[in-house]
Amino acid sequence: MRSILYVLTTLAVIGLAFWAYRENYATQESLSKTDQLHRDIRAAHSRLSVLKAEWAYLNRPDRLRDLADINFDRLGLLPFRSTQFGRVDEVGYPKPPLLDITNSVEVSGTLSAEEAEEYP
Amino acid sequence: MIRVPLRPLARILPARAAGQSPEEIERENRAARHEEMRDMARQRAEGRLLVLGVFFFCAFMVVGVRMGMLATSDPVEPRASAQGSAISAARADIVDRKGRLLATNFETHSLYAQPPQMVDPVGAARGLAGIFPELEEKKLIEDFTGKRKFLWIKKTISPEQMQAVHEIGDPGLLFGPREMRLYPNGSLAAHVMGGASFGKEGVHAAEVIGVAGVEKYFDDYLRDPANGQRPLELSLDLTVQAAAERVLFGGMKIMNAKGATSVLMDVHTGEIISVVSLPDFDPNNRPRPATKGDQSDSPLFNRSVQGVYELGSTFKIFTAAQAVDLGLVTASTVIDTQGPMRVGGFPIGEFRNKNYGKLTVSDIIVKSSNRGTGRLALQIGVQRQQDFLKSLGFFEATPFEIIEAANGKPLLPKRWTELSAVTVSYGHGLSTSPMHLAAGYAAIANGGYAVAPTIIKQNGPRHGVRVMGADSAHAARGMLRAVVTKGTASMGEVPGYAVGGKTGTADKPKSNGGYYDDKVIATFATIFPAHDPQYVLIVTLDEPIETSGDEPRRTAGWTAVPVAAEMIGRIAPLLGLRPTVEPASLADITLTNSN
Repeated sequence: MRSILYVLTTLAVIGLAFWAYRENYATQESLSKTDQLHRDIRAAHSRLSVLKAEWAYLNRPDRLRDLADINFDRLGLLPFRSTQFGRVDEVGYPKPPLLDITNSVEVSGTLSAEEAEEYP
Repeated sequence: MIRVPLRPLARILPARAAGQSPEEIERENRAARHEEMRDMARQRAEGRLLVLGVFFFCAFMVVGVRMGMLATSDPVEPRASAQGSAISAARADIVDRKGRLLATNFETHSLYAQPPQMVDPVGAARGLAGIFPELEEKKLIEDFTGKRKFLWIKKTISPEQMQAVHEIGDPGLLFGPREMRLYPNGSLAAHVMGGASFGKEGVHAAEVIGVAGVEKYFDDYLRDPANGQRPLELSLDLTVQAAAERVLFGGMKIMNAKGATSVLMDVHTGEIISVVSLPDFDPNNRPRPATKGDQSDSPLFNRSVQGVYELGSTFKIFTAAQAVDLGLVTASTVIDTQGPMRVGGFPIGEFRNKNYGKLTVSDIIVKSSNRGTGRLALQIGVQRQQDFLKSLGFFEATPFEIIEAANGKPLLPKRWTELSAVTVSYGHGLSTSPMHLAAGYAAIANGGYAVAPTIIKQNGPRHGVRVMGADSAHAARGMLRAVVTKGTASMGEVPGYAVGGKTGTADKPKSNGGYYDDKVIATFATIFPAHDPQYVLIVTLDEPIETSGDEPRRTAGWTAVPVAAEMIGRIAPLLGLRPTVEPASLADITLTNSN
């Protein structure tokens, strides 16, 4: 009885040791995966901030104003003035679409000679 | 354990037979037993002490070893604990009221050298001098071949420069990562941004610290890693700011002014939508402060908050508004402005010694009569005038959240006599910044509530204490409107925006006392639209001269007013203000006879 208990305990210890060994490696792997993800996120963040900065730099008012001046003959952009405000009721409604006429039925026609005799 | 009986028969019987007392044997045995028990207890106690000692030893060893490990190992970020949000602990961005970027961080590299590791110090020095023209080859060779073990070469370098340094290929030239503060809009809102520089520097990182403007005022907020993803939202509007700077710069050049400033403020929230001070600078490359000469000539000088000057007749409206508020007069009360007028033995004159005769209070503002406002101030009295101006914030530096604002302390008369009351009533003897003036006009524009200027985006009105009645504020607005329709600011009319305002031209004080004859500060303080004011705009030109006529003109009506009008025409549409038709004032029909 006692020997069976010893054998079982030993087996349990071996099993637990194996499980712990595997868990250890699994943890290491997920940690390195997390590290990699963190590195990726950090790289993405810094890329994003660079892109944001570049976007802001390209959209700085000085540059846009100069571009509007250079391309004036194509775009004709002028500073926004009070005369450019409109009212909603100044905007015309779109014209109602024409009805789509298909399979029309002719309602006028000519009478044949026999019919003309019937209806003098 | 075999107990020895206390009275063993084997000993008792012979003892009795010998006539001895068996009690002695019992005592002897009892003593022996006690000794045995004592030994056992001692052994057990010692064992326990040993176990406890071993336990404490182990515990302290664990603590000690852990402390030693922590002390000797390099700090690493915890890897297993779930974090995530605070991955980048960079300085927070600064954005405008619509979320457009005003300041952000940029990753660059710093360049440093470790001369002991250098293979070819002379060649490296020559290469570096070729890449960075501002470095001296001789000095570098001296540094590289001398005793120095470490030196910084450049604090920030561009990727192209970094590649060029890589191509020199010397192992003694090393790079460290650097977060650099970047202002993508260049000199736009330079005085508000201020600038940033490096604090403590290491090879792997350097702290970025604000040196001026909001960068310094909100340094703690911006540096807090918890705010890394939450940008600081300013009340500025990038588009409006750019348009205002453009117009003001043009105006400054046309009017031959030395400097100029404008403040645009929301009258209900106190938000500063745009604040310009010219000349300005590029916060990416902040110039050094002037060490000699007049600080106000430096581009770093922020005229909007630090430019403390007498702002002249723009103050008259406060006197008129207070007189109406106290019930002393109404807008149509007639005041005699006939000269001569002497207060405290000092003559009070008009502009170019004019004489306006009898004027209504409204016309005193329209014609800008010094004697008229002086008479009103005498009616108001010294104490009440002081209290009123104090409640409008003219006695302290503005609470505007940039670090320079605290330097803009108004200059008050040392002794506030009746003469001071009269001169202050028309804007002399009390020096304030344009920001103060904007806050004062905002109180008139919003119906009589004090409001503090702020650079932080607000969610709604921030009305402070009531400083005048709504009716008085309304009357004052009517007077301001009349100044534009028929007074000194006739060039300030902008169709559709019903501008109201007051001009002010003050002689510039000399640094050694007295005033210049030919140098003025021209100010135009406006509210628009006058019938339902949304914004206050202050435009101030420093030493303007308008030269289109026969003789040079310096008054605000000829200099600051056209600039302000052009600015309103440009920025009001950008603010989303639709041109409106001013409600016509109803004809005064009075019922005189009820029959």
